[in-house]
Amino acid sequence: MDEKKISSLELTKYFLARIKSVNKELNAFITISEEEALKQAKDADDFINSPGENPFLCGIPYAAKDLFCTKGVRTTAASKILDNYIPPFDSTVIKKIRDQKSVLLGKTNLDQFAHGSSGETSAFGPTKNPWDKTRMPGGSSSGSAAAVAAGLTPWAAATETGGSIRYPSSLCGITGWKPTYGRVSRYGVIAMGSSLDSPGAMAYCVEDIARLAEILAGQDEKDSTTGRVEVPAYSKNLSPNLKGVKIGIAEEYFLEGMNEDLKKRVEDALKQLENLGVKLVKVHVPVSAKFGSLVYAIVALSEISSNLARYDGIRYGHTANGTAKDLMEVYTRSRAEGFGDEAKRRIMTGTYVLSAGYYDAYYKKAQKVRRLIINEFADTFKNIDVLAAPTGPGVAQKLGHAADDPLFGYIVDQLNIPSSLAGLPALSVPCGFARPTDGDPFDSAQGRPERQSRDETPSMDGLPVGLQLIGPQWGEQKIFNVGYAYQQVTDWHRKHPNLA
Amino acid sequence: MKEYQSSTEYKPVIGFEIHIQLATKSKMFSPAPNNPDEKAPNTNIDEIVTGQPGTLPVANKEAIRLAAMVGLALNCEIDEFSKFDRKHYFYPDLPKGYQISQYDRPISKKGYLDIVVNGKTKRIRITRAHLEEDAGKNIHPEGLPYSLVDYNRAGCPLLEIVTEPDIESTEEGKVFLQELRNIVRYLGASDADMEKGTMRVEPNISVRKPGEKALPNYKVEVKNINSFKFAEAAINFEINRQTEILKEGKIPKQVTMGWNEKGGFTVEQRSKEEAHDYRYMPEPDLPVLQFTKSYLEDLKNKMPELPAQKRARFNEEYNLPEADIENLINWKELTYYFEEVVSEIDEWITQAPGLDRNQLIKNAANWCLQDFSALLNQNASKPQDARVTAENFAEMLMLIQQGKISTSAAKQVFKEMFEKGGEPDNIVKDLGLEQVSDESAISSVIDLVIANNVKAVADYKAGQEKSFGFLVGQAMKELKGKGNPQKINELLKEKLR
Repeated sequence: MDEKKISSLELTKYFLARIKSVNKELNAFITISEEEALKQAKDADDFINSPGENPFLCGIPYAAKDLFCTKGVRTTAASKILDNYIPPFDSTVIKKIRDQKSVLLGKTNLDQFAHGSSGETSAFGPTKNPWDKTRMPGGSSSGSAAAVAAGLTPWAAATETGGSIRYPSSLCGITGWKPTYGRVSRYGVIAMGSSLDSPGAMAYCVEDIARLAEILAGQDEKDSTTGRVEVPAYSKNLSPNLKGVKIGIAEEYFLEGMNEDLKKRVEDALKQLENLGVKLVKVHVPVSAKFGSLVYAIVALSEISSNLARYDGIRYGHTANGTAKDLMEVYTRSRAEGFGDEAKRRIMTGTYVLSAGYYDAYYKKAQKVRRLIINEFADTFKNIDVLAAPTGPGVAQKLGHAADDPLFGYIVDQLNIPSSLAGLPALSVPCGFARPTDGDPFDSAQGRPERQSRDETPSMDGLPVGLQLIGPQWGEQKIFNVGYAYQQVTDWHRKHPNLA
Repeated sequence: MKEYQSSTEYKPVIGFEIHIQLATKSKMFSPAPNNPDEKAPNTNIDEIVTGQPGTLPVANKEAIRLAAMVGLALNCEIDEFSKFDRKHYFYPDLPKGYQISQYDRPISKKGYLDIVVNGKTKRIRITRAHLEEDAGKNIHPEGLPYSLVDYNRAGCPLLEIVTEPDIESTEEGKVFLQELRNIVRYLGASDADMEKGTMRVEPNISVRKPGEKALPNYKVEVKNINSFKFAEAAINFEINRQTEILKEGKIPKQVTMGWNEKGGFTVEQRSKEEAHDYRYMPEPDLPVLQFTKSYLEDLKNKMPELPAQKRARFNEEYNLPEADIENLINWKELTYYFEEVVSEIDEWITQAPGLDRNQLIKNAANWCLQDFSALLNQNASKPQDARVTAENFAEMLMLIQQGKISTSAAKQVFKEMFEKGGEPDNIVKDLGLEQVSDESAISSVIDLVIANNVKAVADYKAGQEKSFGFLVGQAMKELKGKGNPQKINELLKEKLR
């Protein structure tokens, strides 16, 4: 655009057209903000045509997970309870992007209130995986991942609480960044787990992520949990030179019964990193692997039950106020009618955990174990630069699968939850394709493993899998460098699904 | 309204739960304005106050500072670490479905306030003082099938102070509340006005047999008290009500009562609390507060003089009667004004020695408490806004002491200054109020009066005191009212000896 080869308006129109034709099948968007987008594109073009430097994202279209409050544009959290909610303010992240004169294409689909790992708890219907429309794209940032993978947007804002960026990124074959907790402001991001939520980004490559990170990161006076830590020039500092970089491999992250193809792809990726000068180091993270999901269940659900208390039909959102017979009914009906099943499940469990007599046994205890998990990672990172592992235990599963299994999220997110609890940064990069083995423990909850004959050479047969790189707190540069170097010698990130 | 005398058969056991609305510019967790005087509903709100999705609280530094200062003034322990907690319940005036408050790590705890009642000092223990945000207001228009919510008050900073049940009489309660109110006002933490709602008092009252040391096994909380007078009345009413029940051999119900202003009685409030489980949870959106030693030292050093210290100082330095000191202290701005006058007096004394400092100060206090207060109240104005400067006030007092004007003339001068400003000596000249104190002048007038009033003189010499007054009056008339009364008295007495 700087060279005037293409205008923002043209670019925007291109993406809008693509969205219109493809979204019907994928259901990646809840709201397509066409009018605003065209207006923003025109404004951006005017700015570009005026003398002076243009901000990096000027005129570049993007999509945002429907958890980011966007002033004047419907924001639903994929729930009926906010079906009609139009925020009167911008989240900080959106404001930063707006200040760059970007173009908002629309709000992407997600698991309702980010409760889920498959995209199927959305009140607006599930999103489909662009690689195989009978399968899920992962969640909770299902729409953002599908939109980027399907080429409906150059990048999308997303959030992660316990795998919600990494997991769908790996299932959709794209690059996803979950920031250090406190690196990016949560202000205006509809809250799920206050001590866990990390607003981040999904894009085509690590270079883009590094650029985005520079813009999105930073202390925010409106969010007291953001860190007073300078934002380095991530993109300028990107270095493909990995000589001497120590990458830890934890055996706890290579689960029994994991998709064999996936395991191979990850091992191949690690070999490639070794060829680039990396030293692989064996590490152990037993405490976080064993207790991570349990701690997460208690802490996240408690925070969820608290954060969802404000949806009461009194000030905004779905309400029974006009027809209820008394105040109690306003509350019970607004919430019963507005919330989906998973949200209700989590509210009930979280409320129970926090109730008198149980707080010490559950919440307090869980927070103490959380400290042990944090310490375990801190110790581990004393001897390594980056921790590498498969992002998830398997490939995208068939739609409808997760609905049968309330433990689904805990199973597929167990490789992500521990580092989320510790507030660490992570990157998922595509590292190949694996054939689904519907029947083995991670590709399906039912059935016994069915071993098929395997080809040794990696091929495009199968579904995307991801390699995750976990860094120490504030260690974005480290994981970006490894990811960047990896993407210089591979081209998995350039593969796209065939769509109209 | 009926006046209730408290019973002597049972002794009251009283503790207070007091909410002070802190006088900060913005609210406790958002930049929306904190203004208790705002009348238009839903004006001082923003997206954080109304609990919009995704919004986050940011703690108000000034509120924290004021809370710590009040804690120090109440001799509390301030731990190094303190935190905020979420207190969950559903009500339309609570936007987030939880209130951000402090549960197990309040800013201040284990303090005390010494009060003096009937000459005796008593220590009232402060259990804790913590910060929290206020809720909005529900308004129930009469006869209509809906209620309205106003969020102007939602999110305003509150300091909740809880005392141990150490108060054993209505009088003690009153003195305690007044002293607490003064402390809070002198610290500039709040205007602590019960009518405005910036100070809310909820007494917890029970009674027990005299000599009984154990706490009664019940207590009654009283809400909706909007003035000190009502607090007194409510406490007295409850003491009597509970005493009657105990006399019958029953135990009063542990309930919340509401004070009915018009009727002058308490009435059981429908319990909206069925054993509330607030599910307290540490507030994850706010970091832990850390009070360093240096922060607290600094706060202590910068603390304004507290009422108790002022009282002691006024007693020692100025020798004022107790009642006067109390009345001054209870009006902070007047006290400050008075002290300015005192420092002006001290200025003058260095320039014109020979003046009676004690007398001047006593006069200053009297004028402040009588004429000045009266005019201020009549005009609903504040001492700090008065047209009378402290300098001119002091000058006027000096003119009186030097005998240049009489007290009644001074009243005129003062009124003039209050209404229009101006300097005392100019006003005296303009209004021709100079007092004649010159002895020779007075002497000659007295000679004249004695000469012209033979009968009165004889009556006086015969023992009629009244005639003396008559003669003084005559002398004053000759002097056109400008005679210095003391001098006239003195000289007349002498001449009639």
